[in-house]
Amino acid sequence: MNKFGETQQRVENALTRRDFIKRAAGASVLALSAGALYAGLYDGRGPSPGDTGKVLTGLGDFSVPAASGAGRMAIVRGTDRAAMLDRAVAALGGIESFIAKGDRVLIKVNAAFATPPSLGATTNPELFAAVARMCLAAGAAQVLVTDNPINNPESCFALTGIAEAAASTGARLIIPGEGMFSPLTLPGGKLLVEWPVMAGAFKGVTKLIAVAPVKDHARAGASMILKNFYGLLGGRRNVFHQNIAGIITELSLLAKPTLCVLDGTRVMLTNGPTGGSLSDLKAADTLIVSTDPVAADAAGLELLERSLADVPYIQMADAAGAGHADYKLLNPVRINLGA
Amino acid sequence: MPIVTVRRISQGFFLVLFFWLCLAATVGGQWWQMRGWPINWILGLDPLTAGATMASTGTLYAPLLWSVAALVLTVVLGRIFCGFVCPLGALNQAFGWASQRYRKPADKVLANRPRPARVVKYYLLIFLFACALTGTLLTGIFDPLPLLHRSINLTLAPILDSGSPVLSLKPRHYASAWLLGGVLVSILSLNLVIPRFFCRFVCPLGALFGVLSRFTPWRIGKSTDLCGECTVCEAQCEGACSPSGRIVTGECLMCCNCLHRCPHGRIGFTTAPSAGGETPLPDLSRRGLVLGGAVGLFTGPVLRLGGLTGSNNNPNLIRPPGALDEERFLARCIRCGQCMRACPSNIIQPALTEAGLEGLWTPTINYRLGDSGCQVNCIACGQVCPTAAIRPLTVDEKRGRGDFAAAGPIRQGSALVDRSRCLPWVLDRPCIVCQELCPVSPKAIYTVTTFEAIRDGRGRVMAAADDSLELAGLGPIIAPLAGGDYYLRRSARPDEALRRISGFSGNKIGLVKAPGWNAPPESGEIVDIVVRLQRPHVDASRCIGCGMCEHECPVSGLRAIRVTSENESRSRRGRLIL
Repeated sequence: MNKFGETQQRVENALTRRDFIKRAAGASVLALSAGALYAGLYDGRGPSPGDTGKVLTGLGDFSVPAASGAGRMAIVRGTDRAAMLDRAVAALGGIESFIAKGDRVLIKVNAAFATPPSLGATTNPELFAAVARMCLAAGAAQVLVTDNPINNPESCFALTGIAEAAASTGARLIIPGEGMFSPLTLPGGKLLVEWPVMAGAFKGVTKLIAVAPVKDHARAGASMILKNFYGLLGGRRNVFHQNIAGIITELSLLAKPTLCVLDGTRVMLTNGPTGGSLSDLKAADTLIVSTDPVAADAAGLELLERSLADVPYIQMADAAGAGHADYKLLNPVRINLGA
Repeated sequence: MPIVTVRRISQGFFLVLFFWLCLAATVGGQWWQMRGWPINWILGLDPLTAGATMASTGTLYAPLLWSVAALVLTVVLGRIFCGFVCPLGALNQAFGWASQRYRKPADKVLANRPRPARVVKYYLLIFLFACALTGTLLTGIFDPLPLLHRSINLTLAPILDSGSPVLSLKPRHYASAWLLGGVLVSILSLNLVIPRFFCRFVCPLGALFGVLSRFTPWRIGKSTDLCGECTVCEAQCEGACSPSGRIVTGECLMCCNCLHRCPHGRIGFTTAPSAGGETPLPDLSRRGLVLGGAVGLFTGPVLRLGGLTGSNNNPNLIRPPGALDEERFLARCIRCGQCMRACPSNIIQPALTEAGLEGLWTPTINYRLGDSGCQVNCIACGQVCPTAAIRPLTVDEKRGRGDFAAAGPIRQGSALVDRSRCLPWVLDRPCIVCQELCPVSPKAIYTVTTFEAIRDGRGRVMAAADDSLELAGLGPIIAPLAGGDYYLRRSARPDEALRRISGFSGNKIGLVKAPGWNAPPESGEIVDIVVRLQRPHVDASRCIGCGMCEHECPVSGLRAIRVTSENESRSRRGRLIL
C-alpha cells in the first residue's frame, strides 16, 4: 500500500468525538489516581535507620506489699517439693496474700534445655505444677507458663515435663513466637537498649512468679532466679555474656516478681548450666521462697557453697535497688520438714 | 460407578493421603503431628527405590517391602500406580486437564500424540540402574515420590509457615529451597505445554512400571478394528499410548478415559489382545539402551574420581547422626527430605554443593540455620529415613550409654575454636557462651583463665586507700569495669594477688575488699587494669559435634567456634585424635 492509501485508511477510522472524550476521561482518571498514589505515599525524608515502633521501658512491677506480720522469705528443708512449697508460702502469709481472685498469673520457669527433669537443668515440673495449682486454688483466672529456651521450644517444654505439667494443671503454655517480642529500653540501662523482650507473654498478666533451680554457671558464677530472667530476652542475646553481671543486674530491674521459688532440692554443682549427668547434682534438700529475687539468689548461693564475691551480680542488683544481697535482713523463716 | 470416577476418587484419596503424611511429618505435640504416623508409607511403596537400593547395596531395607504391593499390582494389571495412586501423577493430570480444558478436540488429540522423546525415560531408567550397580544412587533426583516429598517438605510446607506459622511453631528455613521450588514449578508448568510431560518423558518410576507391565494378563485394547477413527479416546489419553491405533501397553497410564469415553464401547479391559494391534513398549533403540547403561556405569566411578568420599572430603559436610560412611550413604540416600522436615532443630538441610554433584539434595547439617544445635536426646532423622542411609539409632546408641558405653557417643564432627574471631581470644572480652551450652557432661569445652591488660588501662597511682585508688593517665575506658571481670595489677608486683574492681567513676577505682594490699601502693606507682578471660578450648575426645556452641556463638556471622566433620564417627578415616 502506498502512502496515500495509508492516509486514507486513517481518515476513515478517525475517532468519533464520543470515543475521544471517553479516552480522555479514562486517561485523566488514570493520571489522577497515579498522582493521588504518589501524593499519598510521598516520603520526603527517606527511611529512618531502624525500626521506630513503640519501645517499652519495663515489663511491670508485680510485687505486692507484704501482709502485716508475715515474713518475706522462707527457707524450708525437706525433700517433698510440694510440701515444702506449701509450708513456705504459708509462712509468708498464705497464697491469698499474693494471688487475688481473677488474677492472671505468669509463671516464668527455666525450660532452657531439652533435658529430662531428673538432670536438674530445668524447673522441676512437679514444683511448677504445685505453684500453678496453688494459684488456681487461690482463684487465679488463668495461669500461664513460659520461657524462651535455648534449644527449640517444643522439645524443651516436652522433655522437661513442663508441657505435661501445664496440661495436667490447666495452666496455659505460652510458646514464644516471633510476634511476642517487642523492643524495650530499660531507663538508665546500658545494655537493654531497644532490645527484644518477650512482652507478648505479659499481656493482661497481673502477677509474676519465678520458679528456677539452683545451678552452677561458669560465666555468671551461678544461675538461679535472676539469671533465669535471661529467658525473657529475644534476639541474639548471647552478646551480653561479655558483661554477664551487667545484664543480670538490668534483668533484675526488668520485671519485679510477685514471688520467687528457688528450688535447691537438687543443686547442680558442676558442669552447669546444662549438666547432663546425675553426678553433677547434689541433694541440698532446700526450697527458698521469697518476694525478693536478690535475697533468694543470695540464699541459694550457700547451697552452691559459693560466696557473694564469686557471683558479682547479686550485690550489683542490690545496689541497683532490686533487692537485698544480705538476705538475713529479711529475717527468713526457717522450717525443717526433715530431709 | 464409571471406572474414571473410581480413578478420580482413588487419585484424590492418595493425593490427600500424601499431603496428610507430609503434614504429619511436622514436629510438635498436636495429635496430627509426628506421633508414629506412617509418614514414609508412600516412599516405601516405590519399587524403583527398592530395586535401585538392592542394586547399590545388595539388600532390601525392611520398610521397602511395601513396594511388593505396587510391583504385583503392576505385573498383573499394568500401570495402575500411575493412573490411580501416584500423587505427582495426579497433580500433573490436574494441571494438564486445566490447561487443555477449553481446547478443541483436534488440538487435544495433537497434544496427546505419541512423541519420540517418550523413550528418554527408559534410557534414564537404564542409566540410573547402571549407576546404582556402581554404588551411586541417583534415582531420588528423578523419582516422583521422593521428588514430591522433597518439594512439599522443603518448599510448600515451610512457605505455609513463613508468616505466622500454620504447621510448625516457628518459621522453618531451607537453604537452596529456590532450586527445589523451581523444579516443582517447572514440572507442573510443563503440563501446560504437553499434558503429563514429566510422566511421559522423564519419570523413571513410570518407565519401570512400563517394563514390569510386559506380561499383564489383562490390558486395555480395542474389541474390534471397526473403529470410526473418531479419536475421542485420543483426546483424553493421559499416556499418549495411541488407544485408537496400535496401542503401546507399556505407555498406558491406566487413566481409563478411553474405556469410558469411547462412544461405541469398543474399548475394553480384557485378556484379548487389542484388535488394533498392540506393542509392549515404544521403539527403544538398542544403541540408546546400551549407551544409557554404559554412561551409567561410567558416571558413578567418574563422580568418585574427585575423592569427595575419601581424602578430598568436604569438612563442612556434616551428616546427621547415624549417617553411614559417605560411600554407603550415597548408595542409599534418595533425597526425600524426610529427615530435613523431621528435624526439630531445622538444621538438616538439602546439600547444594556441599556433597558434590553426586550428593545433590542429600542431607547436610547447617548449625547456623534453625533453632539450636543437634539435640542430644533426639533421634528423629534416623527414625524417619526410609532407606537407612541414616541408621535408626536409639538414644542409648547416640549417647553411648548402656550397651553402647564401650563404643562411645555418635559424633557428627568436632568443634574447633577460631582464635582469630573468638571474643576472649582476640577481642579480650569475656564470653564463653559455647562452654555454657555444651551439653556433654563433663563438658567438651573447658576454659583456661588468663588476665590481659586492657587498652588505655595503665595508670599512675595518685592516692591509695584500702578499697580504692585514684589514678592518673588512664585513657577513655568503655569496658564495664564494675561487672566483676576486671582487676588491678601492680606492674612492680606482678606476683601479688590481683584486686578485683567493684566500681569506676572519673579517675577513681573501687576495689573489692578481699584480698587487701601486701603493702599499699605508693604515689606514682604504675598499675594496669586487667580483664579476667576464660578462654575456651575444645576437648576433641569429648566433643560430639552437636553444634550447640556454633549455633549460639555471639560472633554471629562467621562463627568463632565451628563444627567440621573431623572426628565424625561414621568415617573411621576421619578420626582426629587417638
